[in-house]
Amino acid sequence: MPHDHADDAPPHSLLPPEPALRVKALETLLTRKGLVDPAALDEIIETYAHKVGPRNGAAVVARAWVDADFRARLLADATAAVAEMGFAGRQGEHMVAVENTPEQHNMVVCTLCSCYPWPLLGIPPGWYKSDAYRARAVREPRAVLAEFGVTLPDATRVRVWDSTAEVRYLVLPMRPEGTGSMDEAALAALVSRDAMIGTALVAAPT
Amino acid sequence: MSRVHDMGGRFGDGPVVPGSEDDPIFAQEWHAQALALTLAAGALGQWNLDVSRHARECLSPGDYMAFSYYEKWLAGLADLLVMRGVVTRAELAGAIPAASTLTDRRLKPEAVAGVLARGGPASRDGAAPRFAKGDRVRTRHPTRNVMVDGGHTRLPGYAAGLVGTVELLHGCHVFPDANAHDQGEQPEPLYTVVFDAAEAWGRAEAPGDTVSCDLWESYLEPVA
Repeated sequence: MPHDHADDAPPHSLLPPEPALRVKALETLLTRKGLVDPAALDEIIETYAHKVGPRNGAAVVARAWVDADFRARLLADATAAVAEMGFAGRQGEHMVAVENTPEQHNMVVCTLCSCYPWPLLGIPPGWYKSDAYRARAVREPRAVLAEFGVTLPDATRVRVWDSTAEVRYLVLPMRPEGTGSMDEAALAALVSRDAMIGTALVAAPT
Repeated sequence: MSRVHDMGGRFGDGPVVPGSEDDPIFAQEWHAQALALTLAAGALGQWNLDVSRHARECLSPGDYMAFSYYEKWLAGLADLLVMRGVVTRAELAGAIPAASTLTDRRLKPEAVAGVLARGGPASRDGAAPRFAKGDRVRTRHPTRNVMVDGGHTRLPGYAAGLVGTVELLHGCHVFPDANAHDQGEQPEPLYTVVFDAAEAWGRAEAPGDTVSCDLWESYLEPVA
């Protein structure tokens, strides 16, 4: 592990200070040593920029809203249920779905780093990785929710899930009133990323 | 709380600034490069996820607070590459790169999809759980890695010494406190333990609010 002694400059301090140059320097070094293939880097970026994102999670939520059997399987074993829909992989190896009800609102954070269900929601947004969210979501979730424009009745319990292990949580939001005639695809379009983290609610289309 | 990363419950961070759902996934192009480089270097197999988390946690508090998210990743990566002998300090500083013995482990573009899809499950066979759903447990206090002074642990400081209730059992999982220090996986039963917010913080924003953590068995002791 890195040394704690202040007089022992850590290796990273040898790199250029500007982050874009820093990543370029590391990539160039590893490429020249034959340890990294730039085409593989492009493939990783393509995956998370375009192929994996919150539309996956929204499809899961919509299916749970229209298919009671799927919903039951999702709540019993989310890893298996989302695998049925083809969603699995890195940072989604152990999934748990937590259901919002009038009695309980769920909200997810990782106070120790920024653990997040990549296969269902993609790469986490900046605010999820921010110190402010990591520090405050556990202690004052209602104040944080207010900053997202969400106010819950005091009678609704707020349950914060701190992802301290490899278990990743998906919030199953409440289906809004007045959406009885909508099909699965239209419902999925209503589901935001933030609703599946627990910092937003799902509203009916206006 | 022993290291700067353990910030749950801290005061003074100011508001959370929500983004738009339409914001770019990578705010800067180099963010994407940093993520991809970190994953590709991890595929060389010279460390595990817990080791890489600990490397970021070991950044000095000054660096940790000054660095943006992906700068922490880059710094942790550079430190790990040197610690594991994958690159030298001289090479990081710009010397001509020497040949590596690890080139056959290079992640190939055609392997990326499979590697990302497989992920790295942390569940393992192991001992039967000591606790059952509904059991009352107390978390270790103070929070610390009992094998390595200043070592990696996944019991947050705010959750140390609290009494809570076992809510979910996840079977046995790789134990980060061991795995982050090359002491093997030493799998243990993993639980979700729920705490009353008033117990955790002295006061709750509203009665009945709770917070839960996923905690390994050796972090917990029974409460009569």
